[in-house]
Amino acid sequence: MAKPSTVLAAVLLLAACGSADSENQIRVSAASSLTASFGSLEEVFEAAHPGMDVVFNFGGSSLLREQILAGAPIDVFASASTEIMDEVQSAGLTEGEVGVFARNQIEIAVPEGNPAGIRGLKDFERDELFVGLCAAEVPCGRLARETFELAGIDPLPDTNEPNVRSLLTKIEAGELDAGVVYATDVIEGDVDGIPISPDLQSNALYPASRIVDSPNPAGGDDFMTFLFSDEAKAILLNHGFQSP
Amino acid sequence: MTESRRRLRQRPPIGVLLLAMIAVVFFLLPLIGLLARTPWSDLTSLLGSEVVVDALALSLVASIAAVLLSAVLGVPLAWLLARVQFVGRSFVRGLVLLPLVLPPIVGGAALLFALGRRGVIGEPLYEATGLVLPFSIWGVIIAVTFVSMPFLVITVEAALRNVDTRYEGAAASLGASRWTVFRRVTLPMIGPSLLAGFVLTWARAIGEFGATVAFAGNLQGTTQTLPLAVFVSLESDRDTAIAISLVLVAVSLTVLIGLRDRWLTR
Repeated sequence: MAKPSTVLAAVLLLAACGSADSENQIRVSAASSLTASFGSLEEVFEAAHPGMDVVFNFGGSSLLREQILAGAPIDVFASASTEIMDEVQSAGLTEGEVGVFARNQIEIAVPEGNPAGIRGLKDFERDELFVGLCAAEVPCGRLARETFELAGIDPLPDTNEPNVRSLLTKIEAGELDAGVVYATDVIEGDVDGIPISPDLQSNALYPASRIVDSPNPAGGDDFMTFLFSDEAKAILLNHGFQSP
Repeated sequence: MTESRRRLRQRPPIGVLLLAMIAVVFFLLPLIGLLARTPWSDLTSLLGSEVVVDALALSLVASIAAVLLSAVLGVPLAWLLARVQFVGRSFVRGLVLLPLVLPPIVGGAALLFALGRRGVIGEPLYEATGLVLPFSIWGVIIAVTFVSMPFLVITVEAALRNVDTRYEGAAASLGASRWTVFRRVTLPMIGPSLLAGFVLTWARAIGEFGATVAFAGNLQGTTQTLPLAVFVSLESDRDTAIAISLVLVAVSLTVLIGLRDRWLTR
């Protein structure tokens, strides 16, 4: 029995070492649509705060909410939906102020060169095309459906993707002729964009907050201050977001 | 052998027993978590919904199709790997194992790049026949088979390696054709392993998520299997997600336990 217990001890020791430098870490749970822009924010923030290490947990906002409600050790939560942030707040898990740091619009994305000749929302009614939306359960899908309702169009999606990233992949591959994604995705992805009139859409608001009993409150505060700075705003604009 | 000696031999070492118990608890815990969160009072209304019924039907059809397809293609491949020396055999064996180690979502994306409407093979196929595999039940079956067939191939290959080839030789010397030997001698001898392989393949197929969503998409009644329905409802409505998970667990456990007792234990 000596051998397995030695191995077990070694594993536990390694695990203990792994968590020892957590004091320099700032754990940020952020919506998938923030992946690229927060990557840029991390570089600038870490250059200005030597020794600090921002660690991201990207995912669908509702999945991140579930993790936080289940007690995940997170310093900052950046959500792609105010409703989801409201739920975290009403559960008493936000610390300090909740603020909106960015705004995003939805746009039609088509493969590069627009091979199917998509012109607008109306094309989503054409059965012979392959079109996709995000599932109604996730923010990008909810926003798209609100827009179609306002436009009086009944879309015929061939797929309701569980997140905007998988929708974008299928458009980039040319498998879908069109899909409704965020304006920021059109900038990040290898797709062409067709704007949707602002009258037909409500904006996606991105709120952020500190989380209660987090492992690194001071680091979390530093990141929040930076997130609402002009410097961060400029980076977010570069990635296709708009000021709140 | 006396009764007491037999009992002595059957008593396991205490350390092994302890570790085995920890393993049992480890597998049991998630199930307890699921049952603890289950909204029992609303269960029937949640499970009667059209989404769940559609997803269950599709999952059953796709997983059974994957087993059939794996049987037709995978058993001959296992035989080839076990019995024939050929250049590149290690490569083929590695290739077969690839879906086991590849993240399923990567496998699904790779299938899309190969068999999609704009894929390497998919584009000529589409231009010649007008057939589009993604976003259809064929896409689901292909994705699920890709991920689950390796379980059949490795199980059957291992069994074929352990078969005493003298029986096959005897049958052949009595005048049986090679096909008859395979069908009447080889297959019956690996029967239990074959069934174990089918069960593993089916179990992997019914739980498949990543490759399916990446290759076939997610549309209720067409490509939305139970795991996809769970994932999407987890975003908005945890009760429904848990209820669907419970169906998945119940169906899988019933089949796995039933088949094991009937076929696999000796």
